[in-house]
Amino acid sequence: MYANRVRTSLRGWGGVGAMAVLCALALTFALLLPRTQPRQDDEGGARTAGPGVARGSQARAGDCEDSEAQDQTLSPSGADGRTIDAIKSRTGAKRKLVVGVDQNSYHWGYRNPNTETAQLEGFDIDLAHRIAEDILGDPDAVQFKAIPTSRRIPAIKNGRVDMVVRTMTITCGRLDDVAFSAPYFKTGQQVLAPKSSPVKGYDGTLAHKRVCTASGSTAYGKLKADRDAGDLPASTDISTTVPNQLDCLVRLQLGEVDAVVTDGALAASQAAQDPTVALKGDAFTTEYYGVAMKKDATDLVRRVNRVLVDYRADGWQASYDKWLSDTLGKDSGPSKPPAPQYLRKS
Amino acid sequence: MTQPPRSSTAPPSAGAVVPAIPPQAGHPAAPARPGRSPAPRRTALAEGAERLRAAATTEPGRLRIIGAVLALLVVAFGAVTAWQTAERAAAADDVLHRSQPLSSGAADIYRALADANTAASSGFLAGGQETAESRDRYEKDIRTAAAGLVTAATSSEPGSPSEAAVTKLNKLLPEYKGLVERARTYNRQGYPVGGAYLRYANEKMQKEMLPAAEDLYKKENQRLDADYGDATPYPWTAIALGVLALAALGWAQHRTYRHTNRVLNQGLVAASTATAVALLWLVAGHTVARSGLNGSYDNGVRSLNVLHDARIASLKARGNENLSLVARGAETITVGGQTYDAYYYDFDQDMGVLAKGLTDARRLADDEAGSGPVEAAEGNMAVWKRRHASARAEDENGNYQQALDKVIGGADATGACFDGVDRNLALAIGHEQTEFQRAAGDGRDAMTGLPAGAALLGVLGAAGAVAGVGRRLSEYR
Repeated sequence: MYANRVRTSLRGWGGVGAMAVLCALALTFALLLPRTQPRQDDEGGARTAGPGVARGSQARAGDCEDSEAQDQTLSPSGADGRTIDAIKSRTGAKRKLVVGVDQNSYHWGYRNPNTETAQLEGFDIDLAHRIAEDILGDPDAVQFKAIPTSRRIPAIKNGRVDMVVRTMTITCGRLDDVAFSAPYFKTGQQVLAPKSSPVKGYDGTLAHKRVCTASGSTAYGKLKADRDAGDLPASTDISTTVPNQLDCLVRLQLGEVDAVVTDGALAASQAAQDPTVALKGDAFTTEYYGVAMKKDATDLVRRVNRVLVDYRADGWQASYDKWLSDTLGKDSGPSKPPAPQYLRKS
Repeated sequence: MTQPPRSSTAPPSAGAVVPAIPPQAGHPAAPARPGRSPAPRRTALAEGAERLRAAATTEPGRLRIIGAVLALLVVAFGAVTAWQTAERAAAADDVLHRSQPLSSGAADIYRALADANTAASSGFLAGGQETAESRDRYEKDIRTAAAGLVTAATSSEPGSPSEAAVTKLNKLLPEYKGLVERARTYNRQGYPVGGAYLRYANEKMQKEMLPAAEDLYKKENQRLDADYGDATPYPWTAIALGVLALAALGWAQHRTYRHTNRVLNQGLVAASTATAVALLWLVAGHTVARSGLNGSYDNGVRSLNVLHDARIASLKARGNENLSLVARGAETITVGGQTYDAYYYDFDQDMGVLAKGLTDARRLADDEAGSGPVEAAEGNMAVWKRRHASARAEDENGNYQQALDKVIGGADATGACFDGVDRNLALAIGHEQTEFQRAAGDGRDAMTGLPAGAALLGVLGAAGAVAGVGRRLSEYR
């Protein structure tokens, strides 16, 4: 009778149970394994994050300093070349500049669900339209592709996009893989916290506070390095990392963290969505956003740099006023990129 | 009917007595055993055995023992049958009225949660144009889940894993709902943080709530399987006792025939008949019940499990399809060195599970009414995959609005295919549920009256045996 019962219960579970167990196992492996480990080092940003930054700049001491990475670009030129010819030779509906952008950064690149066709809009988007207008003669000849942060460099390298205009910081590490235009925006890592919070900036007031960063981001690397070096209180909890910087605002609003560290520009875009949080203290790093392109697309890099020369004179300020002045301040001075250097020769 | 009290001495050594009968020429000259008293204090058992041995030496004594043993065997048979069948009937009743409804209820919670998540993401994608329909669907799902949790809570034992799962779900449900409402509010204002909230809500649902609901569902299914395990095994003890009682009755009648040349002893015949009827009823009734229950498992429960799993997979797939458009590339996953959009990746996994579930369900369906909806769902799924591929191509090419239209648009969108899959699976589940209830109901009904009947027949049989033996005994007076 016991054997019978076992058989009965096995018959019930043999098929269904084994299948469920196998499915569960396979799913667990498929989902968890990659999630647990490599997310970080796959992130384009992780290469340049934290320790990588320090090591990189030392190893390349004569070559590239992160503080001068923004100067490693080609001088402007309006001449067409191989890359631009290829873009111009696209026909019909495909005659578009393919630009990798973000869809979730408020006032930088985001889809506004309350426009007629959920249009992308923001500071980055304005710039992309301007570049398309210059190359193809039509500001709307742009095909926007949403690129996750971790896919920015691969998307350029494998040619899925012509360029990435997506709050992308110019770093020596990234210069190994892609070419950057001259900087179009100056920013730096900054602390975001509720207005009523005792957190005053990137300093001792972060002691015993939980700080949120995007996984694999420059911010996380910097926090970790500074905490290890003692520049940041050891009691600061930086264990909360999220897939996207915007998720930090969610955690902050839910009280799961006390502060967020991210690029000032993006922190401002978060503050724009919640009037009760604000940027705290000054930026504690200096970073420049650049347009990233294929490393060998020299003609395109020069062309974009020429567009930027014009854009800085006419367009940049209007775009700043439209999208950023509310949160970054009326004075665009601190955000204005420096005069470009064009130190790259080939 | 004479001297029933004697039977009370028989049980301990009934076995020992039976073989002690052959010595026909039992001599009345009993040795002076009772007189010997080397040990003044003897155990009650030894004393009883002594008296039995003494009684077995005379024919009336032997008859008394035989009568007692027969009556006991028949009563035992009746009692064990009543007990074992009552146990099985109760288990069958549990299958029908307790564990299967609970398993279904858990599946409903699971489905309602997955459906709520899907409805929330659909509504989110529609933004300000969210239809009342989509909103109602979400609210209804939340209500269904909440009500289901109450039922599950009342039927789960304190400290059981089911209770833990219910507690966890009760805790997470309001959290989830809060996140969804925030997502909705921010989205209406046009803030992308709304999408981040929805992704967080989705993560809560997919990583914590659905696994807990699945756990509850699995636990309830285990209970169902246990009830099946209690209801279907053959009652071997009762059957063996019945056969033994019949054999003993036969032997007693043969003995009577040899001693008296009388062919029929009415009492013993009546006892044999009652025992035989009870035994036949037991075997036939249980076999019918067993086949009904096994049928309800094979045709009902197994199909239901596969269909429920398939339905959940389709809901998850739809949720991930929606979320991929909400997330807009905010989350990626790396598998085998390749980076994918986390939601598109999960979508493909879910569709794989759905396809396999539908194949299994079609194989398990045993009639047209069962396989029809499954085949229709397979058709919907094929179209869904085609449309999804085209929607995904639009999305990857940056044509967000076109992709959105192909996912939550009208009749040509993947949403229509998903609705088709869901509707057809609901039909198939309804059908299998009916099948289950019919088969399990038949099975349980086959055992109706068996416990009481067996008990009554046992008493009647024992009375017959005692009467039959008593009639022989009276000839010695």
